[in-house]
Order: sequence, then structure tokens, then C-alpha cells
Amino acid sequence: MNSWSRFNIVSVVLGFTFLYLPIVLLVIFSFNESKLVTVWAGFSFKWYVSLFHNQGLMDAAWVTVRVGLLAASIATVLGTMAALALTRYTRFRGRLLFSGMVYAPLVMPEVITGLSLLLLFVAIGFDRGFWTVTLAHITFSMCFVTVVVQSRLLSFDRSIEEAALDLGATPVRTFFEVTLPVIAPAVLSGWMLALTLSLDDLVIASFTSGPGATTLPMKIYSQVRLGVTPEINAACTILIGLVAIGVVIASVMTKRREIQRQRDEQAAFAGR
Amino acid sequence: MNKLGSAVFSRLVIIIPYAWLLFFFLIPFFIVFRISLSTTAIAQPPYTPVFALSDGLSGLWAKIGQFHFDNFVWLTEDALYFNAYISSVWIAALSTFITLLIGYPIAYGMAQAPRSLRPTLLMLVILPFWTSFLIRVYAWIAILKPEGLLNQFLIGIGVIHDPLIIMNTNWAIYIGIVYSYLPFMVLPLYSALEKMDNTLIEAAQDLGCPQITAFWKVTFPLSIPGIVAGCMLVFIPAVGEFVIPDLLGGSQTLMIGKTLWTEFNANRDWPVSAAVATILLLILVVPIVFFQNAQAKAEEQGR
Repeated sequence: MNSWSRFNIVSVVLGFTFLYLPIVLLVIFSFNESKLVTVWAGFSFKWYVSLFHNQGLMDAAWVTVRVGLLAASIATVLGTMAALALTRYTRFRGRLLFSGMVYAPLVMPEVITGLSLLLLFVAIGFDRGFWTVTLAHITFSMCFVTVVVQSRLLSFDRSIEEAALDLGATPVRTFFEVTLPVIAPAVLSGWMLALTLSLDDLVIASFTSGPGATTLPMKIYSQVRLGVTPEINAACTILIGLVAIGVVIASVMTKRREIQRQRDEQAAFAGR
Repeated sequence: MNKLGSAVFSRLVIIIPYAWLLFFFLIPFFIVFRISLSTTAIAQPPYTPVFALSDGLSGLWAKIGQFHFDNFVWLTEDALYFNAYISSVWIAALSTFITLLIGYPIAYGMAQAPRSLRPTLLMLVILPFWTSFLIRVYAWIAILKPEGLLNQFLIGIGVIHDPLIIMNTNWAIYIGIVYSYLPFMVLPLYSALEKMDNTLIEAAQDLGCPQITAFWKVTFPLSIPGIVAGCMLVFIPAVGEFVIPDLLGGSQTLMIGKTLWTEFNANRDWPVSAAVATILLLILVVPIVFFQNAQAKAEEQGR
């Protein structure tokens, strides 16, 4: 029964082929000599060269990176706080509304979030630009951070926190010296998730952005509407490459930490 | 000192994110609703406000009598919007169903995989989620075009002689939604199936239950929480989807996210787009509350 049957193997392999084939094709055709993205005419780096001479695209990439880093960092702080509030303080006034506001943005269609934030910024007379996009990205990505950190906090052995408190540590010190080191991997993956969500977002950024704050997805979208070109494939390939490198580094780090932890535990037992 | 510090810390941890979400998530909805009741004007911003915060409560009551429901009346009179809502819900529902049909065997296969292989498989499902949504939709244009890679392949192996017209039809939208949202379906299904106790199936089979019946009577009912979570995660955002119908769909495709976008960006009719958003939100309130209850239940179990 526990053997991996042929049906299971086939469905997993087909599923992963479906998930990866389009991306692989996109990457392959970014190295195409021809201007057509569907007919192979030989290997070439020329679209990457022309990409780096496309000033508009480069500017947009720079805006996107700045928005992403800033939004992800603030969203991680806010999201971690919200996760603590939801797991550690089970009773406070308006908790139901709070958890509702945390979960709703996860599924809210982007057009609604984008439109409502834009109307807020107009209502309070905030000029649209870099900061409005950043604020919007913080708002929707912090909820994803909350979900990631919350699941780690729920599986957390709370007795070590209580031990620290009993030994006279202040709650703030307990958080920074006991809780945070344990949940650090989840906080880091929350940060990475927030960063990718921000780098990725087209709809919310289009609503909340103003002149001079065009992000890379907005730029790519406006070019895609004019037609598919290998230059966009090259830009996409670079983005995919960056994300892949980030994910590999993160997973190697978690694995190393895990091995280190096991070694420490063994050493502790051997010492006894 | 310790007690005071504790109280301040716990207050801040709750109040800061709470205030942020109230201001940037909840209040904007009221502003959307307010503007949906105003009239279009050629101005900057392009609407006449119904009431201002400075009016206070008495001003508010005075103005409620003058609310314009014109935008909503107009939405019901114009068949375009009604059809867009209906077809959005229909396209999202059908796509969610197809995603479930494709995602279930994948999640089941993953949950049955050797234990050592599972983290890698899980990683492979999550990885496309980290690459841009826009890029993943864009990748399908080159595949689905009449002279695209799929048609080249099918004609090349001699299955068809004339290219299939998929691009700019609803089929392209189904493919786009299924493809983009598949990881959202597989992940909750996998976590439901992976937790399942295999001895239950063995017990059923020992008692003479055929494998297929054991699946329908034991495995499937136990995976229903995962099915519900997965379907909600796909269905709700898909109803308001903009990128997929815009890039893959044709001019005859009606989806409300695209209608809202056009109304807002091309026609610059803010009150009507606010009304469109309000109704979309009303349609989605039931599934969203359903999703939140499921989340809260999962959280409760985790505790």
C-alpha cells in the first residue's frame, strides 16, 4: 500500500511538467537569435545586451527593487506583530475583526484592493508615487507574513518563553532573545514572500502609482500589450534567475541551521 | 516595572498592526462605498463627493437623504455589467473545478511519495509561486498563439492540420487560471492528505473494501477541509482576475476585473468603478467569510 504506485508517479510527473514547461520555454526563447519568440533561429545573448541599454526598463527595475525591499521589511515587522497578537493574546476586544482583516487580503481580488487604496490616498490628499505604492504593498503583503509566522508560532514550545519570563526577563527581552531566534526562519521566509509579492505586483501598483514611480511589472505589462518580444523574455529570465538563486540560498541556509541544531542537541545529550 | 513593560508591549503588538489594517484596509472600503454614491464630474478627482468627514454626524444624516443610487441603478440597467458578473463567476467556478481535478491527483501522488522525497516535491510546487504571475501568464501567449508552440507541436506530430484557435478565447482564460492558481490548490490538498493516517485505508482494505471504494469512503471525506481551502483560494481571486482575461482573453470576453479596470483607467468613471467594486465585494462576502471560518478552525486545531 505504501509503495508509490505508477498512477501516483505519472500524475506527479505530468503535474510538474505542466507547471514548469511554460517557464522553461520562456527561458529558452530568451536566447533566440530571431525576433520571433516562436521560431528558433540560433543561440544569442543579444536580447540581454539590448535589455541593459533600455533605460526605461532599468529605471523601472530600480524603483521596483526599492519599493520591494522597503515594503517587505516593514511588512515583516507589522506581520510578525500581528501574528504575535493572534497567537499569544487570544482575548482582546475586536479580535474577530482583526483576524478578519488579516485573512481577507489573502483572497481579495487585486482590483478591489488597488481601487480602494487609491481612493483612500485621493481622499486624504496624498500625492501618488513611490510612497503610495510602498504603503499599498506593505498592507497586502503583511497579511501573508502573518500567516507564515503564525503557523510557526503555533507549533512553538511556549514553556521556554515562560521559563524566561519566570527567570525575570522582561517580555521585550524574552521576545528578542528567546522567541525571535526560534521563529527567525519563518520571519525570513515571510520577508522573502513579501518581497516577491511586491516585485510581482502589477494591478495594485498600477492603481496606486503616480508619475515617476513606474514599476517593472507595469513596464513589462505595457510592452506585452504591444506584442511578445525576446527582450521581455530576457527580462523575465533574469527575474526568474534572481528568485531561483534566492530560494536556493534560503533552503541551503535552513538545511544548515537544521543540521547545526541536531548536532547541538546530540552534543548536549552526549555531555550529559 | 515588569508588569508595566509587559502591558505596554502586548498593547503595542496588538494596536500597531490593528491600526494599520483599519486605516489601509477597512476604511478604504467605506471610501469606495461613499464614492460609489457620488456623481461623475469633470474635475480632479473626477467625482462630486457626497459628504465630507468635516461635516460631522449631523451633516452625514442631512446628506443621507441625498444619496445617489444612480450608479447602482445604472449597473442593473446595463446588461454589460450583469453579464460581466455572471460570466466572471462562471469562468472562476469552472476553472476552480478543473484546477481541483488536476490538482487532486498531484497532491495525492505527492502525499504517497516516499517520505524523503516529499520536501523536494513540496518545494517544486511552491517554486513557480515565487516567479512573477505576469511572467507566467505571459509565457502562455507564445504557446497558445495560432502560430505558437502548441500548434507547431500538434501540426508537427500530425494530430491536427489547421492551427487550433485558443488564444483570445475563454479556453485561454481557463488554461491561464488553472495554470496560475494550481499551486494554491495543491498545497492545502497536500497538507490535508499528508496528515492522513494510512492505517485507516489499510483497515478498510483488510475488511474487504476495494481500493476505489476505500478512496471515496475514507480518503476523500477526510480531505474535504483541504478541498474547501484550495477551492476558496482559487475561486475568490479568480472572480476578480484582471491580468489573465486581459492578456489571454479576447475582446468578447467579459470579466468584471477587466471591466472595472477599463471603467477606471480608460473611461475615468470613478463612481461607476467604485459601484462595480462594491457589488463585486458583496458577491464575494459569502465565500470570504466561509474561507475565514475555515482558516480560524485550522488555527484553532493548531493551538
